[in-house]
Amino acid sequence: MPINYYIFLSIALFVIGIIGVLTRRNAIIIFMCIELMLNAVNLMLVAFSKMHHLANVAKDASAGIDGQLFVFFIMVVAAAEVSVGLAIIVMMYRNIHSVDVNFLNRLKHEYEDHFTSYCITSLRRISY
Amino acid sequence: MTITQILFWALSALTVFSALMVVVSKNPVHSVLWLIFTFFCISGHYILLNAQFLFIVNIIVYAGAIMVLFLFVIMLMNLNESSEPKKNRWLRMAGVVAGGCLLLVFVAALKNIDIKKQIAETNTDDIGLIQNLGQALFNEYVIPFEISSILFLSAMVGTVVIGKKD
Repeated sequence: MPINYYIFLSIALFVIGIIGVLTRRNAIIIFMCIELMLNAVNLMLVAFSKMHHLANVAKDASAGIDGQLFVFFIMVVAAAEVSVGLAIIVMMYRNIHSVDVNFLNRLKHEYEDHFTSYCITSLRRISY
Repeated sequence: MTITQILFWALSALTVFSALMVVVSKNPVHSVLWLIFTFFCISGHYILLNAQFLFIVNIIVYAGAIMVLFLFVIMLMNLNESSEPKKNRWLRMAGVVAGGCLLLVFVAALKNIDIKKQIAETNTDDIGLIQNLGQALFNEYVIPFEISSILFLSAMVGTVVIGKKD
């Protein structure tokens, strides 16, 4: 397939992910849209690696293998990121009983509520 | 139209449609299920590009592990349509317009690039097979591989520390 089809498919997926991040308020859905954007980039990398391989196969038989390994490492990082991010969301849900990201703007006010003071005390405890 | 082209267009349409359904669905559980479907479609694209190792890793890691983690968290929080926070309509519309502008910029920038005649080969070649990828991974990329294991360890420790109740 011509490479520009893959480019436009990845662009479409990436933009759908961005629209999801901008329009939803559920923290989990926002997180899922970030995963969608990561996958769009992965698809693009694989398509480019095959394109690069076809163009350079005469010089180097393993041309283009780096792109696929990058995708592998992106998946590794995404798995680590998801575990930490979901732990943060669970902690947030335990403290404010909601996954609405609009409740997370309280750090810009004085910390009079329970969740923010919890965050700040735990940050202090970690930094000691 | 060859069978590869038919498969490509069908998979592309399914991918974009299910990705849209992820954003549009009101119920978070439906969103997760549509996202799993999207990942399967993207895995189909990997098969078309003959990247078999990435196909199986995508299914095992993304559709198998990460999405199950999402489903577990949603199940633990007991989220459903009624608890779904609603953004107001104008903000949502502004988000869609902003995303559309980004799409416009991307398409305009990439419409006339000169790699248009380049082909991403389908069905052929063996750089995506596990033998070749494994050899490259454990020769040239062995240091990043080991570092990623440290990353996993730190992510595990971080998850336990954050999730600990005290």
